[in-house]
Parts: sequence; C-alpha cells; structure tokens
Amino acid sequence: MKITYAIKRKLLQFIAFGCSNAHLLNFKGGKIYTGKWKQFCNPGLNCYSCPAAGFACPIGALQAVNGSRQFSFSFYVAGLLLAFGVLLGRAVCGWLCPFGLLQELIHKIPSPKRKLKKGFLYIKYVVLVVFVLILPVAATDYMGMGKPAFCQYICPAGTLEGGLFLLAAHESLRKAVGALFSLKMAILVLTLAGCVFFYRFFCRTLCPLGAIYGLFNKISIFRLEVDRHKCVGCGKCKEVCGMEVDPVKTPDSAECIRCGACADVCPTGSVCIGFSTQRKKV
Amino acid sequence: MKTKLRIAGLLTAFSFIIYGLMRGEASVVLNKAVNICLECIGLG
Ligand code: SF4
Ligand code: SF4
Ligand code: SF4
Repeated sequence: MKITYAIKRKLLQFIAFGCSNAHLLNFKGGKIYTGKWKQFCNPGLNCYSCPAAGFACPIGALQAVNGSRQFSFSFYVAGLLLAFGVLLGRAVCGWLCPFGLLQELIHKIPSPKRKLKKGFLYIKYVVLVVFVLILPVAATDYMGMGKPAFCQYICPAGTLEGGLFLLAAHESLRKAVGALFSLKMAILVLTLAGCVFFYRFFCRTLCPLGAIYGLFNKISIFRLEVDRHKCVGCGKCKEVCGMEVDPVKTPDSAECIRCGACADVCPTGSVCIGFSTQRKKV
Repeated sequence: MKTKLRIAGLLTAFSFIIYGLMRGEASVVLNKAVNICLECIGLG
C-alpha cells in the first residue's frame, strides 16, 4: 500500500492534536493546566483556556504581551512565529494545527460543498491588523493595559474549546454570561456552519495565524514545487485542492496549507512537497 | 536569494526569542495562559 500524504498528514494531525491537548483529566473538574510548559506557544491555534491545553496559543500570547503594562511588542512570540513561518510556512495549518483538524472533520458532514468568493480571503488580514496588532496596544485602560481584542470579540476556538467546557463545569461562570458571550456564540455557530459547506472556512476567512504563516509560503523551507517538464496540464491538482489553489500557477500561494492532496492525485508525479524537493529548473 | 532570506529570517527569529526571554516576556505569557482567560471564553 502506498503511504500517501493524506495518510501521513492525518496521522500527524491527530498526534499534534493529542500533544497540544494532553491534559484530558482536567475536563472532569473544569480546571485548566497550570504548569510551566504553558510559557511555550503551540505552533497552531489552540486556546490556552481549553482544559486539556498544555501550551499557550500564539495569537493569545502575542496580544497578552503587546497589551501588557510592561511591554508593547512581544519579541518572544514574534520570534517564535517567524521561526515557525520560515521553517514551515502554512504547513503548520495543514499538518499541526488542532483547530484546522477540527474544521476538516466538520467538513466531512454530508452536505453540498461550496466554493468561497475570493474577497472573503482578505478578511483575515484585516482581523490580524485591527484585532491582534492595533486594538490590544491602542485601546488601553487607565492602568495602561490592553485587552486581547481578537479573543474577546471573535475567536471561535476560545468559545468552543474554552468557553463551552468551562461554562458547563462552573455555575459562577454561567451567571456572568452576557451580550459578549452571545456575540461569540453567534460567531462560533456561523463558523461551524461555514465549515460544513466550505473547506476550512475559518482558516480562509478569519484566522490571523493563518494570515501570518501564509506570508511565509514564498520563502518557507518546507515547500511545494511543480516540475513543469513533467506536468501534462490535466488540472487534477487544482480540482482536488480544498483551498482552491492552482499549484501549477501559484505554488507559493498564501492559501496553500501544503496538505499534499495535489501531489497524491498528480498522475505524473510532478508535484513535490517537503523540506527538499527535486524540481528541475525550467 | 531565498536561502539568504531564510537564514536572515531564522537568525532574526532566534535573536527575537532570546531577547524576549531575557526581558521576561515568557512570564507574561505563562501568567496569561495558566489563568482562565475571560476574554477567550466570552465573558471578558
Ligand atoms: S489558519 Fe488558523 S485555524 Fe486554520 S489551520 Fe492555520 S492556524 Fe489553524
Ligand atoms: S495546492 Fe496542493 S498542497 Fe496546497 S492546499 Fe492545495 S492541494 Fe494542498
Ligand atoms: S495534476 Fe500533475 S500533471 Fe496534472 S496539472 Fe497538476 S501538476 Fe500537472
């Protein structure tokens, strides 16, 4: 049996999901893990308020440090994101992100599958700039502290992985539910519904972390290359791509999550994915 | 060209990480991550 990228990827996605969320017993008491590992960031999006989470979420951490009283820019988190980006680019999304895996599983629910209008792809860059970079630093209280605006007003991963489980376990938290929670629940429901019809709806429209990693696809060491000498132009790669990328035309597209589906389906073996590819120069 | 960019990117990344760690950013991350974040869960 040929071990396809699809098999390798699913395996790694589940392993990464398990490593990011190893503290399952915390679900019982509605607690969260409070050990030292939480000073390190997960490469993918995984809420640190999820009872099982063992690491910090990079987007939450970036907002926390940028909005803190002591610092206005996090060199630590920016450095981690830069390192992940240069090494892997959006392969983090395709192979390591727990919330990416969740969306793929939801997309398996039988339903008519739709294509996304291109304009939606740009929303995530606005979310990154306004909610992650500007608001936590600019909208501060009298003590000079900013709030993590993306977590507060948008992030469906926080609502799903943290909010629902912790609210179910603690009556005191349920009593504090208000308009903000309703807004976040509405975004969560829309996101989940979107994921049923559109492949990785959240990744493509709203995720600021995907927006960051996408910028590195042009230079990332883990890459995709197409041997144009071998390509017969059948278009099967473009047809199979859930992210609606044409790898022959734009192998470095910011939307490509390096999933390898195109390489699996290519009849001539023209598509290569990995840290070292052997494309002949055209 | 790409190789030079990658090397520059990685060197910058490591210097950022070390500088950030030296000035104590990891403890801000830890402090945020070990307490239930009210903003994340929709109450803050
Ligand atoms: S776009 Fe965001 S949620 Fe999607 S896989 Fe990438 S990091 Fe995860
Ligand atoms: S172009 Fe290929 S590797 Fe990239 S997302 Fe599409 S199918 Fe996956
Ligand atoms: S599937 Fe292979 S042969 Fe067909 S267009 Fe894509 S790269 Fe070329």
